Amino acid sequence: MSVDKDTVRRIARLARLAVPEARLEPMADELNGIFKWVEMLGEVNVEGVPGMTSVVAQKMKLRKDEVTEGGNADALMANAPGGEEHFFTVPKVVE
Amino acid sequence: MSDLTSMTLAEARDALAAKTISSRELTGAFVAAIAAARPLNAFITETAEQALTMADASDKRRTEGNAGALEGLPLAIKDLFCTKGTRTTAGSKILGNFVPPYESTVTQNLWNAGAVMLGKTNLDEFAMGSSNETSAFGPVLNPWRAKNSNANLVPGGSSGGSSTAVAGDLCLAATGTDTGGSIRQPAAVTGTVGLKPTYGRCSRYGIVAFASSLDQAGPMTKTVRDAAILLTSMASIDPRDSTSVETPVPDYEKLMAGSIKGLRVGIPKEYRLDGMASDVAALWDKAAGWLKSQGAEIVEVSLPHTKYALPTYYIVAPAEASSNLARYDGVRFGYRAEKPHDITDLYERSRGEGFGAEVQRRILIGTYVLSAGYYDAYYSRAQKLRTLIKRDFDAAFEKCDVLLTPSTPGPAFAVGSKTSDPLEMYLQDVFTVTVNLAGLPGISVPGGLSESGLPLGLQLIGKAFDEATLLRAAAAVETAADFKAKPARWWAP
Amino acid sequence: MSRTIKGQSGEWEIVIGMEVHAQIVSNAKLFSGAATAFGAEPNSQVSFIDAGMPGMLPVINKKCIEQAVRTGLGLKAQINLISVFDRKNYFFPDLPQGYQISQYKSPIVGEGEILLDMKDETITVGIERLHLEQDAGKSLHDQDPDNSFVDLNRSGVALMEIVSKPHMRSSEEAAAFLKKLRAIVRYLGTCDGNMDEGSMRADVNVSVCRVGGYEKFRADGSFKHLGTRCEIKNVNSMRFVQMAVEYEARRQVDILEDGGTIDQETRRYDSKANETRSMRSKEDAHDYRYFPDPDLLPLELEKDWVDAIASSLPELPDEKRARFIAQGLNPYDASVLVSERELADFYEELAQGVDAKAAANWLNNEILGRLNRDGLAITQVPVPAAANNAIIRMVADGSINGKIAKDLLDIVWTEGGDPRQVVEARGLRQVTDTGAIDAAIEKVIAANPAKVEEVKAKPKLAAWFVGQVMKETGGKANPAVVNAALKTRLNLPDEG
Repeated sequence: MSVDKDTVRRIARLARLAVPEARLEPMADELNGIFKWVEMLGEVNVEGVPGMTSVVAQKMKLRKDEVTEGGNADALMANAPGGEEHFFTVPKVVE
Repeated sequence: MSDLTSMTLAEARDALAAKTISSRELTGAFVAAIAAARPLNAFITETAEQALTMADASDKRRTEGNAGALEGLPLAIKDLFCTKGTRTTAGSKILGNFVPPYESTVTQNLWNAGAVMLGKTNLDEFAMGSSNETSAFGPVLNPWRAKNSNANLVPGGSSGGSSTAVAGDLCLAATGTDTGGSIRQPAAVTGTVGLKPTYGRCSRYGIVAFASSLDQAGPMTKTVRDAAILLTSMASIDPRDSTSVETPVPDYEKLMAGSIKGLRVGIPKEYRLDGMASDVAALWDKAAGWLKSQGAEIVEVSLPHTKYALPTYYIVAPAEASSNLARYDGVRFGYRAEKPHDITDLYERSRGEGFGAEVQRRILIGTYVLSAGYYDAYYSRAQKLRTLIKRDFDAAFEKCDVLLTPSTPGPAFAVGSKTSDPLEMYLQDVFTVTVNLAGLPGISVPGGLSESGLPLGLQLIGKAFDEATLLRAAAAVETAADFKAKPARWWAP
Repeated sequence: MSRTIKGQSGEWEIVIGMEVHAQIVSNAKLFSGAATAFGAEPNSQVSFIDAGMPGMLPVINKKCIEQAVRTGLGLKAQINLISVFDRKNYFFPDLPQGYQISQYKSPIVGEGEILLDMKDETITVGIERLHLEQDAGKSLHDQDPDNSFVDLNRSGVALMEIVSKPHMRSSEEAAAFLKKLRAIVRYLGTCDGNMDEGSMRADVNVSVCRVGGYEKFRADGSFKHLGTRCEIKNVNSMRFVQMAVEYEARRQVDILEDGGTIDQETRRYDSKANETRSMRSKEDAHDYRYFPDPDLLPLELEKDWVDAIASSLPELPDEKRARFIAQGLNPYDASVLVSERELADFYEELAQGVDAKAAANWLNNEILGRLNRDGLAITQVPVPAAANNAIIRMVADGSINGKIAKDLLDIVWTEGGDPRQVVEARGLRQVTDTGAIDAAIEKVIAANPAKVEEVKAKPKLAAWFVGQVMKETGGKANPAVVNAALKTRLNLPDEG
């Protein structure tokens, strides 16, 4: 499986990463090098092998239905760039 | 330089307990050492004032009879752990001046035990790297230099700042994180000890996530005993991390005592790579001999899927990372691009400008392997490979109690020498990634010097949650290796 | 009820499926301990986990799991003892983590069904699945010319996504489905169903096909028999669901009749203009890159625990309806009563010790009408069920007649008070004393000689006399007694 610069452009958009036009081709080359290398996994017979869905063999931890967090908008907003009162701001979004 | 900074954690603990020194004195010595070692660039944030305040508070607690397990001991913290009130960067521009309003569980455990924070150490950006060269805050220099050479060497990565701080006597010990080898590999190339516990032993709460199913915090220290001491405090049962285990934390220092007579040590034949450096191979063989002479039984074992581990890792880790790093978008914290003309532009430029090249590469790889049409061929398949790799270890552990391998394919290399081809860098983790994929504990112990006079490490791999046996075996290697070499202090003449 | 739309070239069938997002009733959110209450100050109910801060991790709320299981059982659905949480990855300002924790391949609840009691028949609408997922925050776009504002209070609140099979065939069925689902979750206490607060939102999928296509689909399950569907997102009222379906079906038919094709797309319903509009999407179809969330483990439920929940369920609408029918109500009335738990509960209290039908009629004819007139919900009724019960009993035992009963209700509705006491205080007791009735009859006859003559020719005019006698007695006479006495007095045949 190899990628060309159009694919890189599409993947970059999916990942919301601005990749300069000049970098698209070199990035495609770098990625292709890596994808070619991981192709070797195709050699292995994985028939009937389950994927590793959890590394720890234990049951999910459960929380009690109690309010234990939140209520501190100041702490929440402390690191926010350009927060308006207690809202996060972003350029206008058209839905 | 002061003798205080060359103590081990255990020695300092004893000295403080005996009141021959105060935490204030000890901390002061490290603060000075750190300032003098700025050319190494091991620290992103030095917290001298806070350290001294914590030291004074510790000394006070001691006089009141309230000494904790790590009372008054100055430590360095990898800048991937969120520390409340102290800037945390993850080695990246994209976190901007982020000051966490919360503390990671691991570091909270350390402060609860009375430890002192010297500062936040440098690292590869978002823990992605094996040489600490991808940091937005500049590379870290290994305190070690090759024989007859002035070339700057890498300290390994991603926990390069921590390994340098330990090797350079800038702290008693440090915390690191290990996703594919990021504790063990830097420990190996700096002549220090690095332990990655079993996945789930330490809480991941408050640690900037790279690859959730692989990340694990661990101690980086001067000795194996120090690693045991530090791990005992770092680990805990944490209800805030769904992947952390419910088993209580034992006293690892106590458990590591004892001889290794009868211990079965497995040598996995697939780790003997073609073209392996002769000094690395020789050290490996020598180490097997050390253990045998101490009463261990050496067994050859096979881990047939070893060669698929690195490519598996480079699918799973980037995939998880691409999702974990989606939150860095310039909206709620961190770096935000100037004058974005719409929301997409805000995201694309904040992330394009905020993330470095290696991080971007891995995000793209991860996004691609999860994308429609490729999920089965790549991610799904890689998860199955993990199961096969784990099964290999399970089978091997029927025949042995620990495995012995080299930690790295070679010693520290020159800064800039492996940055042109990403794959070349990835190969640094060839011996370490298998352990993360299987969720097992692994430790690197200094074994000897390479032909060029640089440290080489030996890796031991243990059964899940059997850090006790692992530490015991590591102590045996350490005793036999008797690695006393220290780097010449070229950075602070 | 016609299930087809007429096009120029012939008839078309409508096929509808729905995905309903229902906010779970719980104190805290699905994966964090922040509060879920509606209407709080912006960003005041947000944990660092909900805000997607570095290093934060999800831990699941046990109550939310329980609520999803309860709902699944209420939908007569299969509960999957093992389910998996997946990340759905996309970028949007109200999604702080850049992914939503949801369930993709292995949801907690599998197939079930909902019964719709339509006028002439009961329809079974299949449920495909129910899964747990996080809600997103809210963006406000109209506060500032250049910026949108984001409030994360809702981010991380637990949602159940309930997916129906495409078994609805008309806008009425679509509305009925939503209504029944809402009733079920309110009965169970798993969702409050307040669509105006956004606790329940529907994404409606609509397609049209030539007559016969739907049956073929039901026979072999192949979607090729159905038309291309469009999804109308986030419809937040039952009325709008109905209107949106009608508009969209017509829109599609018109396009197809013109020889065009339907583009599969996402649309939004504009209630002011009563139309659906295509939503601008800047990129091609979303690639959500689902993968199992590595911060969580597979969810494993104990069968015993699920069984315990099953045995603790309250009586659900279908069972209650069946019981009401067995008690004598007609199916339609029974359906109306069970559509709201509060209504059904009111009815049961109302019907204590009186005839079921009489109680139902009283409720339907007297109470609901007055509530409607005054803009009140059943929970706000000014005359409690017990008081209404007393009125019905008084009619049953002859203390008052039907007309007086209505007047009595009006009195206590506005003035309050105990109906029995009001009857005594105002002397509203039914007059059964034949002497008084006879006297009244004589009075009316004497005053209306012409009518007396007419009624001999037209016995049906007796009703007029009854009315006059009632007036004469201030409405309190027992009408049956009046009737009988009049017949005798006027020598009218029995079939008067």
